[in-house]
Amino acid sequence: MAFTSWADFWAMGGYALFVWLSFGSTYGLLLGLWWYSKRQHNNIQQQIRAKAAREQRVRQHQEREK
Amino acid sequence: MWGSMFRWLDPYAKPETLYHLCGRLLPYLMGLAVFTLVLGNIWGLAFSPADYQQGDSYRIIYIHVPSAIWSMGAYSSMAIAAFIGLVWQIRVAQWAVLAIAPIGAVYTAIALITGAAWGKPMWGTWWVWDARLTSELVLLFLYLGVIALAGAFSEAARGIKVASLLAIVGVVNLPIIHFSVEWWNTLHQGATITKFAKPSIDPSMLWPLLVSLLGFALLLAALTCLRLRSQILMFEQHRPWVRQLVESKNGEQN
Repeated sequence: MAFTSWADFWAMGGYALFVWLSFGSTYGLLLGLWWYSKRQHNNIQQQIRAKAAREQRVRQHQEREK
Repeated sequence: MWGSMFRWLDPYAKPETLYHLCGRLLPYLMGLAVFTLVLGNIWGLAFSPADYQQGDSYRIIYIHVPSAIWSMGAYSSMAIAAFIGLVWQIRVAQWAVLAIAPIGAVYTAIALITGAAWGKPMWGTWWVWDARLTSELVLLFLYLGVIALAGAFSEAARGIKVASLLAIVGVVNLPIIHFSVEWWNTLHQGATITKFAKPSIDPSMLWPLLVSLLGFALLLAALTCLRLRSQILMFEQHRPWVRQLVESKNGEQN
């Protein structure tokens, strides 16, 4: 352990701003990318599902028209 | 010769096979990535000793070096995928270009931001237009260019081709980034671990760095799997297997 207390750890030997700015923005960006990619994946599935449902409705409608 | 050498890869060029392979790998890769990142970074942040010159500010190394190295690693993989996609017209390779580009852009942005936050206390400036920093910034623009070009054509296939071409041409920037610290006078220090000699860093600092390096690599692989799955679904959405897959999972988000 390189630090003697939590306060010591957070202070980072006077470089707190730079160290925590780095780690904060890194994990912010990585979590953002993960969340965005996850959402994109769900959206695509939803779109495909909606499209399939719409085609189904169109088909049913056409059959009723006959 | 080439045909038989790469025959074993053939099934993975089939989008459906690759989709399921990525789906199986994803939880393991993501789990290992989170584990190694947490381990490497906490080790580096709290347990490895402070630097005798830079004090605790040097701890930025545990994200700066891995993100910088893998910003170039991601670019190489993207360019190889682009080459395979252009030359052999393998569609999953073309989609891999689109899957990797945003991850590489984020890694590059991280390398630049953490570099600035490290440069301020050590060099006295957030930014200088020196060779290493400028060539890494060019890498970010290359990634953004690939992303923008891929989306700039009404016909998606053409967009991917033009973006792949840019990705391949941009490879010339990789040796420039790597050797910039040797070719030009620069504020940035020379290579510490990526050289053909004993690393110039103490083992108590090297080990957490290597674990963090592995963590960023695993995260790159995991995010590539996740994003490639989306690309496969998008481009294969009219195929029966996608329809079946999506409908069988009705309501379930996966």
